[in-house]
Amino acid sequence: MKLEIRGLSFRYNSIPALEKVTFEIAGGELLGIIGPNGSGKTTLLRCLNRTLSPLAGAVLVDGHDVAHWSRQELARQMGLVPQNTAITFPFTVLEVVMMGRHPHQGILGVASERDIAIVKESLRQTNTLHLAARPITGLSGGERQRVIIARALAQEPRILLLDEPTSHLDINHQLEVLELVRRLTNERGLVTVMTSHDLNLAARYCDRLLMLEKGQVYALGTPEEVLTPANIRRVYRVEAEICRHPATGTLQVLPLAPIDDAQEGR
Amino acid sequence: MDQVEKLHAEQRRRRALILVVLALGLGLAVLWAIQTGPVAIPTGMVLRISLYRLMHCLLPHRLWAGIPVTWPHTHEIIVIDVRWPRILLGVLVGAALATSGCTMQGLFRNPMASPYTLGLASGAAFGAALAIVLEWPFYALPALAFLFAVLTVFVVYRIASVRGGVPMETLLLAGLATGSFFSALVSFMLYIAGEKLAGIVFWLMGGLWASDWDKVLIALPLVSLGTTGIFLLSRDLDLLLLGDEQAQALGVNTERVKKIALALASLITAAAVCGSGVIGFVGLIVPHLMRTLVGPEHRLLLPASWLVGALLLVCTDTLARAVIQPTEIPVGIITALLGAPFFVYLLRRRKQTLEW
Repeated sequence: MKLEIRGLSFRYNSIPALEKVTFEIAGGELLGIIGPNGSGKTTLLRCLNRTLSPLAGAVLVDGHDVAHWSRQELARQMGLVPQNTAITFPFTVLEVVMMGRHPHQGILGVASERDIAIVKESLRQTNTLHLAARPITGLSGGERQRVIIARALAQEPRILLLDEPTSHLDINHQLEVLELVRRLTNERGLVTVMTSHDLNLAARYCDRLLMLEKGQVYALGTPEEVLTPANIRRVYRVEAEICRHPATGTLQVLPLAPIDDAQEGR
Repeated sequence: MDQVEKLHAEQRRRRALILVVLALGLGLAVLWAIQTGPVAIPTGMVLRISLYRLMHCLLPHRLWAGIPVTWPHTHEIIVIDVRWPRILLGVLVGAALATSGCTMQGLFRNPMASPYTLGLASGAAFGAALAIVLEWPFYALPALAFLFAVLTVFVVYRIASVRGGVPMETLLLAGLATGSFFSALVSFMLYIAGEKLAGIVFWLMGGLWASDWDKVLIALPLVSLGTTGIFLLSRDLDLLLLGDEQAQALGVNTERVKKIALALASLITAAAVCGSGVIGFVGLIVPHLMRTLVGPEHRLLLPASWLVGALLLVCTDTLARAVIQPTEIPVGIITALLGAPFFVYLLRRRKQTLEW
């Protein structure tokens, strides 16, 4: 299982948003995409699952160009946990997770025994089985995020895309969701790509980080290689100190002060 | 651990139960409607006449020749040529408007959307007014109404489409603009109509008094094919409620589904409007009511709206015939009289809870 991104470029009207982004990621690996606001993180995810059609470049799954796939085929290969998971309609959790079976079902959308078994397994793995009968509108943010992950799992994807999965969650649920994503990536050998604003969490859970600056890959490598004071200074315009977490031993970014661009004459 | 299977089976049972109850309700409404009118005809006789004529149509002569005719011939004419076409057209129009409204509200993610959101009603009204003013033969009226209804939606769609898709907000505004344009043309027609004014006004009010078997036979294939097509999109419409991004991630070709759904909803609305004029509020109340009663899942919501739309229009039309006998009130007035207060109730409720 291998996901290859080759020379991906995208523009909003004529404003460049991604420029020749190239990287590879293998099954069982969790890749974090980091970078400041407007650096192209979400655009990159959207180009991966072709919500946006890239201007140039290709996304290859095991050597197959996804541009030739139908939406349905794409949805069988890639699951998405979007940034905004608010659902304003009172579907039950079971109904929401069953929606993940849509790309596998015929036009009548009748759930087979296999569909039900997969939905049940997805609910179990995300610890949401007890919520099955509840309306999604009545859940807390953390519960809803787990349900949306369950829905993505029900798609039986080989690739899992998450757009800032922890941005609206408290620290307890942040850890819970990322532990889940880490475990699923390992157990199912998923290719997982996740955008994040939380450098510390990204450093802790991701195998590698891809740092974007103005739509270009600025750095790609292990958290140790990517999260350096120089990189953070250049990309985020922040003076930061990097240290190790006393208990977990993972990298910690301690921001000190923003850099005043005007004073530096830039 | 069997909780999920149980829940799933329970949801399926609930769906079936609700639909059976609503279908029975529609059946009873039809029975009530067909025996109500200036000439009261007992249910037994209605059933015997209907069965007899049905056998007449379907079975060879020797099977029904021996059945004695125990009813006055006038009653047979009233039941077969007056009431049945009217009630069947009521069923088809009500079902079409409710199904179309339900589809529109889902596509626009807006409870205020209706079958007429794309300006279709004004287009149809212009077509009808044109036929009346130009004194074209009677069959030109439904034909022109249908034609202009479809044309309006087509124009609105073309106006709103940009490269790569059709933004729903633009579609809404394009519908509004085109609708106003045709409304102005209708006003102009009313202004120059002279003694034909009454004909246009009656058509605009909407009603089923001009029902006949021809209209039923035109509406039947359009409405049944159109609604079946929409039912097949149930799951896609559910996913569209979550927003385009999530729908696409779950394998829905959003632009194609929207296009097909809009086309089918407009087709059945046009079929309904050309048969009965512009009947308001059925397409607005029924889907909303059903959404609060049975939930957002289109697989249940669409057929439930179909049945209740038919039920509501058959009942209000029967009221329209029965209230001031021997004359009648246009059914559009009754649906709007019921609809407007309901609309106000919706608005009031939305202030408290922001979901719908």
